[in-house]
Formats: sequence, structure tokens, C-alpha cells
Amino acid sequence: MIAVIAFVNAIFEPGFFTSEPVRVALVVGGAVSLVSAVVGVFTVIRGQSFAGHSMGDLGTAGGSGAFLVGANPLWGFVTFAVLGAGAMELFGARRPRGRDTATGIVLGAGLGIAALFLYLGTTHSNTTGATITILFGSMFVIGTSMIPVFVLLSALALGIVALLYRPLLLSAVSRDIASARGVPVRTVGLLYLLAMAVAVSLSCVTIGAILSTAVLIGPAAAALRLTRRPGLAIAWAAVIGLAVTWLGILLAYDSYYWPPLGRGWPVSFFVVALILAVYVAADLVSRNVARHRGRVVSSAEGPAGVGGRAQPMLSPVAGVD
Amino acid sequence: MNETARPGAGREEILSLEGVSLWLSGREILHEVSFSLHSGELTGLIGSNGAGKTTIFKVVLGLETPTAGKVLFSGEARPRRNRSIGYVPQSIGLDPDVPLRARDLVALGLDGDRYGIPLPSRGRRQRVDEMLQAVDAQGFADTRVGKLSGGELQRTLIAHALIAEPRLLLLDEPLANLDITSEQEVVGLLASIAKARAIAVLISAHEMNPLLPVMDRVVYVASGRAASGSTEEVVREDVLSALYGHHVDVLHVNGRILVVAGKDEVHHTGPESEHTAVPRGLG
Repeated sequence: MIAVIAFVNAIFEPGFFTSEPVRVALVVGGAVSLVSAVVGVFTVIRGQSFAGHSMGDLGTAGGSGAFLVGANPLWGFVTFAVLGAGAMELFGARRPRGRDTATGIVLGAGLGIAALFLYLGTTHSNTTGATITILFGSMFVIGTSMIPVFVLLSALALGIVALLYRPLLLSAVSRDIASARGVPVRTVGLLYLLAMAVAVSLSCVTIGAILSTAVLIGPAAAALRLTRRPGLAIAWAAVIGLAVTWLGILLAYDSYYWPPLGRGWPVSFFVVALILAVYVAADLVSRNVARHRGRVVSSAEGPAGVGGRAQPMLSPVAGVD
Repeated sequence: MNETARPGAGREEILSLEGVSLWLSGREILHEVSFSLHSGELTGLIGSNGAGKTTIFKVVLGLETPTAGKVLFSGEARPRRNRSIGYVPQSIGLDPDVPLRARDLVALGLDGDRYGIPLPSRGRRQRVDEMLQAVDAQGFADTRVGKLSGGELQRTLIAHALIAEPRLLLLDEPLANLDITSEQEVVGLLASIAKARAIAVLISAHEMNPLLPVMDRVVYVASGRAASGSTEEVVREDVLSALYGHHVDVLHVNGRILVVAGKDEVHHTGPESEHTAVPRGLG
């Protein structure tokens, strides 16, 4: 019994569950990462990782602008990311390549504005901490008053994805099939970008503008290694997103007691490091499973090629074309 | 030709194009194209790349609006949201990582245009299973779509289109990128689908020979113009020469038909260059 208590105490340093900032971080940080991970599954499937990253950079401009005028950075992040989503959709129209170029240009402009705002903000009020907060997030300084806003925005992003679940999958398979079936492909795409903008803005506040991409893409990419089913991929991404964030918060809290600094490491660092570890592990697992499956199939498959796969024609006559 | 496959009484008209012309950025892409498709019939939309096949598909699917002419479904104008047309594109370019099994893609054919999250239901699963069986796809039902071979993907996409019970099935170059075995499988499958389900099937192809045994009608497209009817009526030197605007020869070799440019057209850089004198399988 004493051993158990000693073990728990070793993992959860004193005060972990009673600290108000920690509780807020667990609720808000956890919710935000979960939303980002779920939204991110479609970001990866639709090949819009670059757009997701750009929204973080655009958000930086908004967040630093909000700081400059004394508003809550969240509103700055949301405003700029949503405007950016609209701009990307407007310029990018139909061609994926054109979309990338458009995204890149919008992104560059966003970072330029962020540089200006951060410069103005920090030189006027001498708070270099603002730069760190905007770029790398700060889960422990979110006030309890902001919780309803976070919950509402999270629900909005999740709601959009739930509503568009099937049309998003269908238009990822083929834009033409989806259009022919009557899916308003552009509207669906724009609404999805909106959900992405909200999710990215939220994680800009918790995990930081620069690292928001990791929370968006990382759990989703790991989930895609683990399952072949769309519903399960979303579930895995949600679990991974939540788990790495909670574990990151715990490690960051504990790190206050770690030598040699004795003043704690940032949560964002732990979360991103954990995402990388999970992705690598998921990749190794999927490779092992594939190798195992391959062995089973090849031993079960006779020379006639059971298993439904049409054998390639190798006769010299058929080869000419 | 196959006698039972002749267009005739009892077959219902599903789609008709009447004098459809289409201008895009100052160019006439289609010029007064007319043809009709009937239930239980398999029609080949034959022409080289750039002849206008894909544009005709887009017009039928409602993705392009004709500048002139009419597109009628069972005699009526096309509704905006049309579940009665199944469409199989030439390629879908899905990443192998995308978590979508063949059976998930088929299920999307059932309700992929609906909003919200689908509740798992026994009826839904059963319909998907039946459809997978109908195209002989049970063997790879749980394989990721991005990892399917060309023939497997083609059959999955056919099941995806068929599960919504369309009255018209459009397939864009379904035989491109298939080896000869899969090609014959897919052709046989489509012919039996047309008959068994009494739906109209329209297949575009730049090579008509693989379709000859099963094709009830042909719509031959060249430079945005089309001629339609039975193979004997359309694939003739006078008809095709008029279509191309210069003389072409139609040669019958071992049950295959070759369309080649006439003598005075040695440097055939036009659309007919796809129909060169070397057919598949001959050297």
C-alpha cells in the first residue's frame, strides 16, 4: 500500500490535481487537442497539411495583433485564420497546385504582419514574454473565464466535421463523383477549411502557433498507420491527441522538480515530443503488421494466385502495346 | 452482331442528347451531338483523346451546361441532384494511406452525399456485402482502396456506382491501364450488369475492339462531332470519313476493326493517330 502511494506520488508530483491552472490545462488543452486531431484526419486525407500549417502562421499575425491592442489573443487567432481560410479558397479555386501557391502567398503575408505586430508590441511594452506565448503557447495561463468559449468553438469545429463526414470522404475519393451526386463540393471544402481554422486557432492558444500543425497532423498521421477504417482512424486520432496532451501536461508539471533547472519545461515541448514518439511507434507497428500479413498471404496463396488478384499477363504477345 | 442485343421494342429510352453543342472559352468543343441510350443496352463512346468523350460525360453528369441543345432523362430535364446516374471516373488517385477499405467506398455509393454520421445498420452492411458479391469483390473487400490493383479498383468503383441503383451507368475509360485478363473480366461484368439490371451502360474508350463482342450501340466521336447507331451502321468508311472530315479506311482483321487514316494522310497528327494499324495483341 505504501509502495503504491509512493509510486503514485513519484508520477504525480504534489499538488497536480489540486492546482487550478493544471485543471484548466487538462480540460481546455485536452479538448483542444482532441478537436485538432479529429479535424486533422481529414486534413491528412484531403492533402491539406500545408493549408493547416499556414493557418497557424496566419493566426500568429492575428494573435500578436490582438496582444498589441490588448484583446484576448484567441480572437485574433480565430479572425485571421478564418479570413485566411476564405482567401485560400478564393485564390486556390480548383487546381491543387494553384491552391498550394495561393496558400504559400497568404502564409508569407501573414508572417510578415506577425513580425510587425510582435515588434511593435514588444518594443512598446517591453514584454518579450508575449512572443513566446504567441509562438509556443501557454496552457497554464488560460483563465477559467475562457473555458465556455473554448468549449463552444470546439463543438463548432467538431459539429462541422460530423455534418460533412460522408461528403468529405466522397469528395476526397473523387471530386467529380461527389459533384455528380449533387454534393456542393466547393461549399463543403470551404466549411471544412472553416472547421480547420477554428481548430488551429484553439491549438495556437494552448500549444502555440508554430506547433499547432503538430497537433493537427501528428495524431491523425499516426492513426492512419494503425487502421484501415475511417471511423476508427478518427477514434484513434482523438485518443492519441488527448493522451499526448495529458501526458505532456503531467510531465511539464513534474519537470518543475527536475534537476538542474528547477523551473519547469514547456508543455508544448513534451506534447510535440510525445507526438513524434507515437508516430514512430505507430509506423513500426504498421510495418510489423504488414510484414506479418504478407507472410501469411504468401504462404496461403498457391501458385494459381488465390486471393482475387488478377495475375499480370507476361506472355510476349500480350506485352506488345 | 449479337441478335438479342439489337436495339428494339421493349427497351426504354433512359437518356437522350438532342443537338448538344458546347462552347468553352471561345472554342466549340461539341458540335450538335445527338444520341440516345436505352435500358439493358451497353453503348460504347468511342474516340481518341481530346475528341470530346470526357466533355460528353460532363454534360450528361450535369458538370457542364450545353450552349445549345437538350439533355433529357426519360424525356425530362435533368434534376440537380441525380441519384439515377452512376459514374465511374477513369482514375481517383487516392493515397495508399487513406483509411478507406473497398467496402467503405462501396458504402459511400449508398449515402456518400448525405450529411451527418451514418449509424451502423445491418441492412446497410448487407446491401454492401451483396454489391461486393455482385462484382466478385469479396476477396479484397477489406483492402485499402489505395492498395487495390487496377482491375480491383475498377470493380470496386462499379459497385460504388451500382449500389445507388442508377438507371444509367457511365464509365470513363474503364479499360485503360488494365491488363488483358482484367479487361475481359470488366467488359463481361458490365455486359451482364446492363442485361441483368436493365440499366443503360455507357463506356468511353479510345479502343473499340475489346468492346465489340458486347457493344449494342456505338457513339463514335471525332473533333467534337458524333455519329451513333449499331457498329455496322457507324463504323463504315463513308460515315467516319464524314465525321473526321477526311478519308479514313475501316479494315476488318480477324474480327477486329481498325480505323486508319486514308492514303493521302500519311502524317496523321490528327485524332485518328490513336487508331494506328497495330492493334493490341499483334506485333
